Amino acid sequence: MLLDADNVYYRELNKQIRALVAKGETEFEIINVRGQRYIADGLDGDIKFLIRGVPGQDMAAFMRGPSIRVEGNAQDGVANTMDEGLVVVNGMAGDVVGYAMRGGKVLIRGDVGYRVGIHMKAYKEKFPVLVIGGKAGDFLGEYMAGGAIILLGMFSGKSGDVPICGRSLGTGMHGGVIYVRGEVPVEQLGPHLKTEPVDAEDMALIRANLELFCKEFGVDLESVLAEPFQRVKPFSHRPYGNLYVAC
Amino acid sequence: MKAPERYYDFQKDISGCGVFGVINTKRELIPGSMPIQAMCTMHDRGNGLGGGFAAYGIYPDHADKYAFHLMSETQDGLDKAEELIKQFFVIHESQPIPTKPTPVIKNPPIVWRFFLSPKQGTDRPMWRMNDEKDYVVNVIMHINKKTPAFVFSSGKNMGAFKGVGFPEDIAEFFRLDEYKAYIWTGHNRFPTNTPGWWGGAHPFTLLDWSIVHNGEISSYGINRRYLCEHDYECTLMTDTEVVAYELDMLVRKHGLSLRMASWVFAPPFWDEIDRMPEEQRKAFEAMRMVYGSALLNGPFAILVSDGNCLMGLNDRIKLRPLVIAERGANVFMSSEESSIRDVCRELDTVWAPKAGEPVIVKLEA
Repeated sequence: MLLDADNVYYRELNKQIRALVAKGETEFEIINVRGQRYIADGLDGDIKFLIRGVPGQDMAAFMRGPSIRVEGNAQDGVANTMDEGLVVVNGMAGDVVGYAMRGGKVLIRGDVGYRVGIHMKAYKEKFPVLVIGGKAGDFLGEYMAGGAIILLGMFSGKSGDVPICGRSLGTGMHGGVIYVRGEVPVEQLGPHLKTEPVDAEDMALIRANLELFCKEFGVDLESVLAEPFQRVKPFSHRPYGNLYVAC
Repeated sequence: MKAPERYYDFQKDISGCGVFGVINTKRELIPGSMPIQAMCTMHDRGNGLGGGFAAYGIYPDHADKYAFHLMSETQDGLDKAEELIKQFFVIHESQPIPTKPTPVIKNPPIVWRFFLSPKQGTDRPMWRMNDEKDYVVNVIMHINKKTPAFVFSSGKNMGAFKGVGFPEDIAEFFRLDEYKAYIWTGHNRFPTNTPGWWGGAHPFTLLDWSIVHNGEISSYGINRRYLCEHDYECTLMTDTEVVAYELDMLVRKHGLSLRMASWVFAPPFWDEIDRMPEEQRKAFEAMRMVYGSALLNGPFAILVSDGNCLMGLNDRIKLRPLVIAERGANVFMSSEESSIRDVCRELDTVWAPKAGEPVIVKLEA
């Protein structure tokens, strides 16, 4: 189903999508998207979206199952509290991508903004994964509780001297893991965190997700795997356990 | 206490302010329809309690005169302001700002503009030491404090237009589609801590400075008291007002560059300063000590112009979005890329600037 979002208000567009989904439509191509908020939010099941343009805030929030491919840049709040499904952005994305994400995968080809992947969490078979092809801003993976973030730093619009991630990487994380291709400047790490080399189990997870990333964006997998990866893991399950304890 | 029935179904406004700016570095004039349309795309970032625009290059026939825009609830208030203006300025033209009745704009104030040149010499003795711009600033502060009217724009060959309403409605009210400018900024307001009233809408201006702001200046109290010590008095009840006056003080009075003023607003963190080479470290330590009270705390994405450049700046941990894009001689700065795409489909470059690092785009000489 082809939908033209040119000058269509976000409520109207989302109403159309929901009505079509209710009728059993499972494939959408939406063209001329410019800032419409809340696309595919809270949708369930096996539905495919191809979005051309720049979707607005909170795309794929609370989404449970559908897959979205964006041909263009995404704005802020992509995959907010997403439960299941796949988001592929063939461009860059704004701030707070994957906030409190609970499952599914988000693949961003280029750079992402600030506070990406904060509060991500995992439970039993739910294991969210966020792959970033470019560089990230400050607070990547802050307060992370589960899942994995893979940061490549390869497809960035930023100049070479800009570090792969911003300040306060993984601050307060108490679960999950952040994988970084290449080196992380030590001053960019959150308090008490350190990088360590990855093991075979880590590499299996990285390879599996990068296969998907490389397939989606037509990138050679071996060239991505040519550099060693580092991992950042929480130093404690309860980093603030004693914060309010008298001592 | 029990939550109301089906509270999760309530319609709720989820917003932050929205800002948009564009500069044509070759001074080619951009019609008002462009910033208006860009602000329309970000309609939902505001809630109808404030909208406004600043435009540079709109009064070429009076380019050497100060263009004062005034607003007043009453004719009496405006008359009182005019009395003061007559005392301190030569009035070259005096006219209502062209408006058109716009049904959604309720109870607008009287808006008036004057083209002025200062009448120094007949003024107060303590103002005689001042240069012309100080003199103009002093009179503006005097009018805003002593009369019920407010001067909301006072630069040359530029003007601010603002009020209570969505930006597209304010634009219709002020007939902004009839203006052309080489720099435009626009603002869509979602007031949080202060009243949504006409004077409190953005942009805030002083002389040629204008600023629009998405966010909240948590350090308003400190900044305001600091400015007061330097004879800038805040009268408009919105936090952003301090940024306009700080810019005038830091750049015009103290001779800082805009880059340095940005370091005052959003300085490096102390741990970053500790890692700098000694000379640089000392300079930043001195700057943070001297201008500690001018630091802007809290979330902000601001767009600033002085008529010669457009500057975008975020707070140092980027608590508000800002996107920059270029197309030919046009450079755009906006809260959302979609608003830029809406007025310019093809862009040469798009990027999100680093927190605390200004993007300064100057007009070609």
